[in-house]
Amino acid sequence: MEKLELQKMANEVRKGIVTSVHAAKAGHPGGSLSSADIFTYLYFEEMNIDPADPKKADRDRFVLSKGHTAPGLYAALALRGYFPVEDLKTLRHTGSYLQGHPDMKGIPGVDMSSGSLGQGISAAVGMAIAGKMDDAAYRVYTLLGDGEIQEGQVWEAAMLAGFRKLDNLVVIVDNNDLQIDGSIQEVNSPYPIDKKFEAFNFHVITIDGNDFDQIADAFREARGTKGMPTAIIAKTVKGKGVSFMENQVGWHGVAPSDEQYEIAMKDLERAGEALCQK
Amino acid sequence: MSEVKKIATRESYGNALVELGAEHEEIVVLDADLAAATKTGMFKKAYPDRFIDCGIAEQNMMGVAAGLAAAGKVPFASSFAMFAAGRAFEQVRNSIGYPHLNVKIGATHAGISVGEDGATHQCNEDIALMRTIPGMTVICPSDDVEARAAVKAAYEHDGPVYMRFGRLAVPVINDRPDYKFELGKGVVLREGKDVTVIATGLCVAASLEAADLLAAEGIDAKVINIHTIKPLDEELVAAAAKETGKVVTVEEHSVIGGLGSAVCDALCARYPVPVLKIGINDVFGESGPALELLKKYGLDGEGIFRRIKDFVK
Repeated sequence: MEKLELQKMANEVRKGIVTSVHAAKAGHPGGSLSSADIFTYLYFEEMNIDPADPKKADRDRFVLSKGHTAPGLYAALALRGYFPVEDLKTLRHTGSYLQGHPDMKGIPGVDMSSGSLGQGISAAVGMAIAGKMDDAAYRVYTLLGDGEIQEGQVWEAAMLAGFRKLDNLVVIVDNNDLQIDGSIQEVNSPYPIDKKFEAFNFHVITIDGNDFDQIADAFREARGTKGMPTAIIAKTVKGKGVSFMENQVGWHGVAPSDEQYEIAMKDLERAGEALCQK
Repeated sequence: MSEVKKIATRESYGNALVELGAEHEEIVVLDADLAAATKTGMFKKAYPDRFIDCGIAEQNMMGVAAGLAAAGKVPFASSFAMFAAGRAFEQVRNSIGYPHLNVKIGATHAGISVGEDGATHQCNEDIALMRTIPGMTVICPSDDVEARAAVKAAYEHDGPVYMRFGRLAVPVINDRPDYKFELGKGVVLREGKDVTVIATGLCVAASLEAADLLAAEGIDAKVINIHTIKPLDEELVAAAAKETGKVVTVEEHSVIGGLGSAVCDALCARYPVPVLKIGINDVFGESGPALELLKKYGLDGEGIFRRIKDFVK
């Protein structure tokens, strides 16, 4: 997909996030929006997947370790054709298959249940080890939050991934700088993130995670990296694309009111129109 | 009495893994730096490419096992019960239980018979923890024969299974030609009309000893071996309660949440009778030789006999 098309699709993913979280009256828009471009790139460009055959054996796998940003994953999956976009409005509703956090049992395209922070990366490491054992060509991707990497389990997993030279594994850190209690630097700074992953024997690439050129280059570089896993530190803007949510810690885990929803959708409509005029 | 063969069920676990591994390529074994103690070292030696030592990182190990299962492997994740069920509880719950992944957890060194290492390593809470996880099968075999059969049954079962093994060599009591392991089915080892003794793990052999002592006092005890604590053979338990009117449970586990609680849960709903729960009475263990500890905590044949005698009186 061309860059402009990816940008347009990411804008649709953002609309899906805002719409689903608004309909749920709960959820996590901030971190979903910050990683919308990464979700879009993975599902529309990077990964070998088939929405008509979600469980095909040789597919690339994605584990959303920062499971609370499920609205971003669900919007990408729906737009990619795994399930109807209309269903996004049932997010978090009683009886809906779109659970608050990813549920592999019920959601087409979800490769691993996740949500309790720090656990997804371990499952991704397990999948990557299985791929190596089977000499399979598939690759494994996992997205973590920058607050999430405060969890000790993340580093247990990173140690094993580096030690076992899992070059079929790409760990992406959505580095939007904010967590529930405030700035990650004020709560319990995980910086320097790049040096930490380097110390765990990862190839580390730091990018602007809201720039498709840099995202594309990073995933290409990861593909070419042999003998070690790659960590992409994606510097992003929390709430990206919705004017009043950008860089606002308060938008980590609350839904917009009806009025705020209208403003947010107008922001995204305008962004979409601007892209169409390019 | 002739010399009784004794084998620790952790040995059985290691042996069964090697046997199963020969037949099934998709079996992989994980450990957390305890391969010599959990006996997965035997599998490591036989199939080094299918053995993953995660180092001292049990939480990650459970997640890695989940990922392996999601990718089609049948992982056996192994550690001491304290760390498998205790430290990694939430990983087992959320990464394995919630998605109902086909992970087998081999937990050795359960209970106070860990011995000299003391309370920090003596897990008396694992059955309670594991049986609260929806869809988790919980097995606690009584001897070598049953433990090896349990590992095979766990492999054949599609879904998460928690297997509880011991460090201490225990008498082989199931070595008979017609022995058959059926997941979820209790086994009547001795008929009796005065009281039903329901035991699990190494307490089964001790309960049989206790039944002999009771018989000498004119008390006729029925003995049931429950190797599968979840799902519990409720039919058998309720029928025995009806038959004898009194039930005793015996386990090397806290009296809170383990076999005793599972039996009481079943009987409350089906056929309430007085139940005596013999186990670890809401205390931590301590250091000492395993057999001395079992005696001190009343889990040897003699200790079980005395409690039952008082209960039946």
